[in-house]
Amino acid sequence: MSPTTTKNGDRVEDRLRSLAPGATPGMDRATERLLARVHDQHLADVSYAPVDSPFGPLLAAASERGLLRLAFPEEDIDSVLELLARRCSPRIVESRPALEPARRELDEYFSGSRSAFDLPLDWSLMSDFGRRVLRVTAEIPYGGVSTYKEVATDAGSPRGSRAAGNALGSNPIPIVIPCHRVLHSTGGLGGYGGGLDRKQFLLELEGAPLSGRPQVRGSARITSGPRTRRR
Amino acid sequence: MSASAPPPFQRFLQEQRAPVWRFLVASVGPVDADDCFQETFVSALRAYPRLRADSNLRAWVLTIAHRKALDVHRARARGAVPVAEPDDFERDRVPPPQPRDEALWEAVEELPARQRSAVMLRFVADLAHREIADAIGCSEDAARRSLHEGLTKLRKAVPA
Repeated sequence: MSPTTTKNGDRVEDRLRSLAPGATPGMDRATERLLARVHDQHLADVSYAPVDSPFGPLLAAASERGLLRLAFPEEDIDSVLELLARRCSPRIVESRPALEPARRELDEYFSGSRSAFDLPLDWSLMSDFGRRVLRVTAEIPYGGVSTYKEVATDAGSPRGSRAAGNALGSNPIPIVIPCHRVLHSTGGLGGYGGGLDRKQFLLELEGAPLSGRPQVRGSARITSGPRTRRR
Repeated sequence: MSASAPPPFQRFLQEQRAPVWRFLVASVGPVDADDCFQETFVSALRAYPRLRADSNLRAWVLTIAHRKALDVHRARARGAVPVAEPDDFERDRVPPPQPRDEALWEAVEELPARQRSAVMLRFVADLAHREIADAIGCSEDAARRSLHEGLTKLRKAVPA
């Protein structure tokens, strides 16, 4: 630091500016300590963390009530979090420990050793109708499939297949609430918010009756597949 | 874009932690800065949902940091908290830091609280005069005056 002399005052100002370092290990340690405290004392309303999956890293978010949101890798993280800030609470903090139960159950599910999720869920991001549709959907067993029409009927709107399809398409917790198990009455795959390849992948993972397609008839009740293969 | 909620807290933390850290290190030193940093962001998190989306987040969080720094200075004045030893500063920095500007540190420490905060908020946290006024709770003119008086004292105290 050689005192190339400018005005005396400028020098004091420059020296003030260099009084505090920029990013330092100290700041990172302080941030880690802060986040640990936020977690221990439950100071955040929503916690989030990335969770590995065969599709790439999913973004999982949970409130104190349970898992709130699971986002596919191509979804924009900032938009997902901003929506949560508006709809739930802006007290959103990244926390891997808070999402550990979700990570564990998803790992087990993708490795084929788990056929039902025991995680508590937070249903607050859904509309009333969406919640009814998704509660019905959550009852479709592993390895089984249903149809838009049946789900709509069980949700109390027998003529609401299309609306049920929309509700399934905006499922905030895909995979865990198995909207991939809902197919067209004709046996076609129907749609999937995460892409049809993933729907197919999940159904195959679960050993659902897919190959012949016509196994799923319009009037069929929920079809149970080979239920307890590996458990 | 809804204006009803501030951004997710994590983003706010990412964006504001550097100016807050710099301000605190410059105001109370690196050792006490850690505790002040915790207290600042925990207070911010508690109050966060009540914040308006169009608030000036940097000025707001530095207002809190300013108060936490004042607490430390008050405690030191009562003799409760010793000023951190230089050894403590050193272990906070890898690789070996530039020599600390001890003369300036001491001169800053000697300033009255409001002048010290004004100087730090201006040159360490890069706040505008209006924001400094909000942070220390005075008029913009008063903030300008504090800044000017603080700088004048520093120029006298620290030889060129």
